[in-house]
Amino acid sequence: MKLSEVIEILDADVIVGEDNLDMEVKTAFGADLMSDVLAFAKAGSLLLTGLTNVQVIRTVDILDIAAIVLVRGKRPSEETINMARELKIPVLSTKYILFETAGRLYARGMVGCLEKVDNASTRD
Amino acid sequence: MPARETEQIEFQRSFYVEGGNFDYAGIVSTSIKSILKQMELSAEVVRKSAIVSYESEINIVSYAKKGVIMLSIYADKIQIEAIDEGPGIPDIELAMQKGYSTASPQIREMGFGAGMGLFNIDSYSDKFAITSEVDKGTHLIMIINK
Amino acid sequence: MDIETLAVKLNLDVKSAAGNLRKNITGGYTGDLLSDVMANAQEGNIWITRQVHQNIVAVASLKDIAGIILVNSSQPAPDTLEKAVRENIPLLVSPMNAYELSGNIFNLLAIKD
Repeated sequence: MKLSEVIEILDADVIVGEDNLDMEVKTAFGADLMSDVLAFAKAGSLLLTGLTNVQVIRTVDILDIAAIVLVRGKRPSEETINMARELKIPVLSTKYILFETAGRLYARGMVGCLEKVDNASTRD
Repeated sequence: MPARETEQIEFQRSFYVEGGNFDYAGIVSTSIKSILKQMELSAEVVRKSAIVSYESEINIVSYAKKGVIMLSIYADKIQIEAIDEGPGIPDIELAMQKGYSTASPQIREMGFGAGMGLFNIDSYSDKFAITSEVDKGTHLIMIINK
Repeated sequence: MDIETLAVKLNLDVKSAAGNLRKNITGGYTGDLLSDVMANAQEGNIWITRQVHQNIVAVASLKDIAGIILVNSSQPAPDTLEKAVRENIPLLVSPMNAYELSGNIFNLLAIKD
């Protein structure tokens, strides 16, 4: 799914990454705990979170996560925005809560990043 | 344990980590990742190295007074060492358990301190060794095979 | 839709309050930060989380949450389970992660019963 579609489904604002909306994201992961993101999120996925501090951007950078959706209308600080811009990580913001954000994307066919999904897609 | 002395080090650098300063938490691991990215390594090796470095950096910032993270690159592996001066870990076996944490509410509100740090380090490292002394500090050695 | 229907459809493992699963679910809330859930979850919501410590029962009770579902097959801590039994708060476990479980429940709730 292209980021532009994610924006349409979630009625999201683009905070960082206007010029990168053709980016493809295949899986999504929702979490408020960066430790869980580090444990389970796959490279190239879309992170849905309610956290907006700079650690989110650093975690996403470390893990090669493709893009971030901030839920419940959260706006990041200038510092967070600048870091995302510098590291070229698209950041979107939606008014929906995490539950509904996941629900809307799931309904449109965005799968979760699970071990079994990953294995199924990379092995015959 | 890794035989540091007997093997040729291709690259080595140490980074200082300040305890308690969350504004910079992660900056060392970002540097380590960009150094590794410039070398001919698979994306998976870079990612695993960056993750174990990041978890240990967060641990130093969260719990210790100060620490050092040392990156050493060998012909066949990446070694990351995290050495801190801090409270130490009284019961390592307990600290390694998924979900066990002594984190403050401040650390938890930042999305850390869920008791996954050492567990993640162990699962992303090909070899992992930890030693700790109460009131002195903790020493982690993490190895990722190339 | 009530919790019992969700439990059957999504193969959830019921850990407590098996006699209290018929409440109508008003919606879902997914979150791991207790302060966020305290501030934003609504009465009658089903709460999806990976937190297993006993404070989740207190939050659920204060906010009149219909039930809690733990994700990634996380097991409740012993004192969490004890408290949930005592306060008659349904505690369930799913093998799915938070994204998938939220996705499934959101779409099930969208079907009018």
